[in-house]
Amino acid sequence: MSARTRLGDKLLHAYTWLVIVWLSSPIAVMILFGFNDKKSKSNTTWQGFTLRWYTELFDISDLTVALRNSLVIAAVSTIITVVIGTMLGLALGRHRFRGKGVTNFLVFAAISTPELVMGASLLSLFVSGNVPRDANTIIISHVLFSLSFVVVTVRARVVTLDPSLEEAARDLGATAWGTFRQVTLPSIMPGVLAGAMLSFALSIDDYVVTSFVNGSTVTFPLWIVGAVKTGIPPQVNVMGTLIFGIGVLIAIGNAVAARRRT
Amino acid sequence: MRRLTPYLLALPSWMWLAIFLVVPMVAMASVSLQTGNAIDGFAMTFSFSNYSDALGRYSTQLVRSLFYGGMATVAMLVIGYPVAYWIAFKGGRRKSMYLFLILLPFFVSFVLRTISWNFLLADNGILFGTLKGWGLLPDDFHVLATTVAVVGGLTYNFLPFMILPIYVSLERVDPRVVEAAQDLYATRVGAFRRVVLPLSLPGVFAGVLMTFVPATADPINAAILGGTANTMIGNIIQTEYLTNLNYPTASALSFTLMAVLLVGIFIYARALGTENVLEAAAR
Repeated sequence: MSARTRLGDKLLHAYTWLVIVWLSSPIAVMILFGFNDKKSKSNTTWQGFTLRWYTELFDISDLTVALRNSLVIAAVSTIITVVIGTMLGLALGRHRFRGKGVTNFLVFAAISTPELVMGASLLSLFVSGNVPRDANTIIISHVLFSLSFVVVTVRARVVTLDPSLEEAARDLGATAWGTFRQVTLPSIMPGVLAGAMLSFALSIDDYVVTSFVNGSTVTFPLWIVGAVKTGIPPQVNVMGTLIFGIGVLIAIGNAVAARRRT
Repeated sequence: MRRLTPYLLALPSWMWLAIFLVVPMVAMASVSLQTGNAIDGFAMTFSFSNYSDALGRYSTQLVRSLFYGGMATVAMLVIGYPVAYWIAFKGGRRKSMYLFLILLPFFVSFVLRTISWNFLLADNGILFGTLKGWGLLPDDFHVLATTVAVVGGLTYNFLPFMILPIYVSLERVDPRVVEAAQDLYATRVGAFRRVVLPLSLPGVFAGVLMTFVPATADPINAAILGGTANTMIGNIIQTEYLTNLNYPTASALSFTLMAVLLVGIFIYARALGTENVLEAAAR
């Protein structure tokens, strides 16, 4: 290798780190300002270290309600999405049936429709049908935009499965349900779990679609956007920091577990 | 019974997609042709004037959105490609660690990340306030509420969606192919241009698709970083729907936006020679 090549690689290496720092800088700011001992109303300048916002985490009652709403909505919509999405993923990955092409198209359409258009069209439906907007309509919408992601991850796992395993289980006298529970489900589990985590993350993070179908129910992202004009309280930073920490821990745990399995 | 299995498995999702994806699109198409107001109700009048009205009033914001979305996409491509290239070819055993670091922002909510930029870029915040204090910047210097802030925010927020697909396509390139090109006296630049770049085009295609559409339709960056002079079409649709309760105009705008994006995708697919958009996106 020539000296020029090596220099080029070094520059690219440094550049990659620069982009990583850029990508992480808002996260660092979020975490840091959760410890800011701010006295004035705005939380934009550093005024000293405090743990006050961690002890007063749940002092803003409507923020706490919003966070709880987000967690409940994410949990319920994830359960629904994982059940029906896994079923469709199995059907698409394993079976031939009429309407498969249309189904694939709908799955793709649900992923590629801009969130804004999806939210607007759902609101059109709910307005036309006089459906009151509340947590239920939020859950319906979140299932809709997460569904395709679960289908895709589960299908990707299903097509790698060896069908003879299931045949062997049946030959040994297992019922259809028994085969599914003891053979199929455990082997597609990584795909199902990945889909579940993805749909939980998408749900808890969603602002655009939710803003159309929420009625008077407020979620965590909606509350934050509503508070931009008056100033974001440090409790929001703390909640964001905790969610970030838990998410990173789960992801690392997952990667370690996956490495151990192979 | 066994033959029914796939239909039973698909049934709940079919119903969900039909009722909450297909029917709403039809409902929106119908609303976009109605006239009336939120108090007296709306009636179907097949008035295409909603479209011409909406376009007449909001063409500025529509064009601005396409422009901002396009600029952000180009910026993401320029910033992201070298990163994907380095991780794919030189990442070695640490590839997954670098990818994890690229994906780190996704563990923070989109809204919070954007607000953090609002923090960072505040006129007298930790960055510019400090620089102004040192006299390195004029007192009236500001980035918030400018085009730069919005396009920068969009670039930041969607960058990982550009890096990942490019990385995936570069990762599949056999390094021996590149070596072969160099053995055949291709220069480093030549080997990249004639061998690596063409092989990575499917990734570039997918990356652009995954970033241009959401960036153009995003209302959050313009709302949090853009001030009042950088309103994008997403903000208009939100206001028309949620504040003005002007459902026909808002529906007409949503449809126009989607049509423009779809036409853009197909022209782009043609230009890149990708015959089947669905196939390319699925890859």
